[in-house]
Amino acid sequence: MIGSLEQVLEGPKTVFTVFGLPITESVVNTWIVMAVLVVLALIFRRNLKLYPDKKQNIAEIIVEALDGLVTSTMGARNKNFMPFIGTVFLLIAFSNILGIFGLRPPTADFSVTFAYGVVTFCCIHFFALKAKGWSYIKGFGQPFIFLLPINIIGEVAKPFSLGMRLFGNLLGGSVIMAMISGAIALFVPAVASIYFDLFSGFLQSFIFIMLTMVFIKIAKDDDD
Amino acid sequence: MGWNELAVAAFAVLGAGIAMIGGGFGPAIGQGYAAGKGAEAVGRQPEAQGKIMTTMLLGQAVAETTGIYSLVVALLLIGIVNRIL
Repeated sequence: MIGSLEQVLEGPKTVFTVFGLPITESVVNTWIVMAVLVVLALIFRRNLKLYPDKKQNIAEIIVEALDGLVTSTMGARNKNFMPFIGTVFLLIAFSNILGIFGLRPPTADFSVTFAYGVVTFCCIHFFALKAKGWSYIKGFGQPFIFLLPINIIGEVAKPFSLGMRLFGNLLGGSVIMAMISGAIALFVPAVASIYFDLFSGFLQSFIFIMLTMVFIKIAKDDDD
Repeated sequence: MGWNELAVAAFAVLGAGIAMIGGGFGPAIGQGYAAGKGAEAVGRQPEAQGKIMTTMLLGQAVAETTGIYSLVVALLLIGIVNRIL
């Protein structure tokens, strides 16, 4: 629910400019998400005990679920990726469900999602180069050297496809929500919002981190 | 607004519709196939339901990608119409 259909299709509004650089709604809303995450983290980490109370139980459930997901997807040897993957998941998930509060989700902006895709892209190649070294670069010429351009295009397409998937889903969800709340004002938008904002938002952030983990794992270790 | 702009707007709307025809068919078939296979797998191994569900949703989301691409194309075309009219 972020206003009328025209507002959604117009793209993010510019809130203010710094030295001619436009600071759009997406940036400001990302700041809000960051502030919420930092405050939540500060609340949850206060007086941790061996025998957890309610608050600490919630935090432990989230951390253990993410830990289990990373370990089962990437293997026990890549357990150290959990903080990064978990942060990306929480950031994207909170950005996606911002539509419930009447704000424009930052992920409904291709610049933002493409930036997330570029982060994944850099991670894939950094960790692959670190793990395999020169043989990783030679791997682009496999099985024949003629496939080199196709392999490179395939790699370059990854951030675009990751970004497009997230952006398209979120923008599509926003458009449908704007249409529904434009047509029927009572009760129906609330129910639709559960699917289009909550479920779809969590699912898409889950997909994003799953693909990130799988890409990093495939590029990093080719045995097992 | 002249005839030229009107024609561009009309064909942009038409193109958005055609893009969504293709973008609706493919992912629908792919997601339905994945869901069917997922149901089969749960029927065979009900104890592995959680894992099958996760794999199925992931596969469906990847299958959806092409549909999302055509949705983006359609939205861009409608954006052109918004700018002209």
